[in-house]
Amino acid sequence: MSKRLAGKVALITGGTSGIGAGAVRRLAAEGALVVFTGSNAAAAEALCADTGARFLTHRVQEAEAWPALIDTILTDHGRLDIAFANAGVEAGDNSVEDITIDGWNNVLGVNQTGVMLTVQHAIRAMKRNPEGPVGSIIINSSMNAHRAMGNFLAYSVTKAAVVALAKSAAVHCGNRGYQIRVNAILPGVVETAMISNLIAQAPDPAAARASYEGMAPLKRMANVEEIAGLVAYLASDEAAFISGSEYVIDGATTAGMMGV
Amino acid sequence: MSELGTGRLVGRVAFVSGGLRGIGLAIAERYLAEGAQVVLSDLDAADSALPQETLARLGKSASYIAANVTSEADWDRAREHVAQRHGKLHILVNNAGTDLTGPVESLTMDAWRRIMAINVDGVFLGTRVFQPMLAASGGEFRGGSSIINISSIMGLVGYTDTSAYNASKGAVRLFTKSIAVEFATKRTPIRANSIHPGFVVTPLLHAGFQRWVEKGFAATAQDLIDTTAATTPIGRLADPAEIAGAAFFLASEDSSYMTGSEVVVDGGWTAQ
Repeated sequence: MSKRLAGKVALITGGTSGIGAGAVRRLAAEGALVVFTGSNAAAAEALCADTGARFLTHRVQEAEAWPALIDTILTDHGRLDIAFANAGVEAGDNSVEDITIDGWNNVLGVNQTGVMLTVQHAIRAMKRNPEGPVGSIIINSSMNAHRAMGNFLAYSVTKAAVVALAKSAAVHCGNRGYQIRVNAILPGVVETAMISNLIAQAPDPAAARASYEGMAPLKRMANVEEIAGLVAYLASDEAAFISGSEYVIDGATTAGMMGV
Repeated sequence: MSELGTGRLVGRVAFVSGGLRGIGLAIAERYLAEGAQVVLSDLDAADSALPQETLARLGKSASYIAANVTSEADWDRAREHVAQRHGKLHILVNNAGTDLTGPVESLTMDAWRRIMAINVDGVFLGTRVFQPMLAASGGEFRGGSSIINISSIMGLVGYTDTSAYNASKGAVRLFTKSIAVEFATKRTPIRANSIHPGFVVTPLLHAGFQRWVEKGFAATAQDLIDTTAATTPIGRLADPAEIAGAAFFLASEDSSYMTGSEVVVDGGWTAQ
């Protein structure tokens, strides 16, 4: 693995599992000093041991907890170059007809407010870098930003919202003359522990697996390493002219009329 | 860029149309730096100065064939060149293109057909002629073979006096999605994605800006560059190497799950 992120400090929210954990491994392997957050300290321990990354317990939706997190990163590591706003949930989601207000608020709190707070505090932190405001912020949206699911209202809505959030933040940073880039990635179905558990718990696991694999014309799910490769590219200086973009990585699922 | 030259394309053969200038040349240089073997095509005669100088600089891993992307016969010759020299192909970059500006009511049929032939027919013909070779080589590396079509931000949004260019680049965008779905559905190991550069400092951009100056839209080409930079959120134009970075990502194993995607590299221009 090349070291194109050597000397950079990265923050990854929701880093204890799935795409977040994959990004922790990839960014660390490319030489970044990685701080990741979440609430599953047990899962974080093994990841820290494997990668040398640092774990801090933190919930993205709690606005009052953000300044302390940023202060810890800047005090201990001196700078922030990369923020991957990855934390997301679907617990409590449902169709528009059946969702409860608590379910709606839970998903919006993490997927939308949590992402806004991540971007806001990342920009504030990056402005304090010794050479001025530089950095790369990556938001984990979903292909469901483009193709909504009927039974996951809040998830679909929040994933679309954060694409607009990325563009607004990118334009803002440009207007202010900051060298801070903001982009969104829109993965298709990724074989994370969350998806594996849904498959295992299905009445017919083999049929559930075939259904997930069949969504993409590529006829398989992505693995987390494939998503982490895109995160690493956008995090690197190679992507210096890329801002306000939304990169779909879905095995052609939304390129056609397959529907999800 | 610390990633340059880490050999991540060793063993690959790439074909880059329009490879003597601008974005095409930058992509060829990047692929060579990553260890690939590269065949360039362009309009210049093979024994003329620019191809000779370019090959002398790029070294033995590069070769050149004069080919007009609108000519089926030339594409057949390009395929023969690749087949005889390498026997396989992993990466096809359909980069050759031209521009055309002017009010829609003023465009001649010949001018319209010319830009469609270069920007659209050229992408179709390159894909058609190399599809079998790309499919045959697709099992050699994770993620398979990769077709990279150079569209534009003008394939995403409309712009004044740019109807023909907009139409041609929009066609490239959707042609790419269609072949991506087609290949994936048929288990053909070829991915296909489009790159949408914003304003890039290339000979084509300078020529286009000079024509705007001659039409009286600005006093100098530099004024147009400054205006363009000011309307781009990142505040500058791109260097061709920055587009080559995206073309490298799409050629590498890192993009193994990306197909049918639009890779916009525009400094935030279309995000506004």
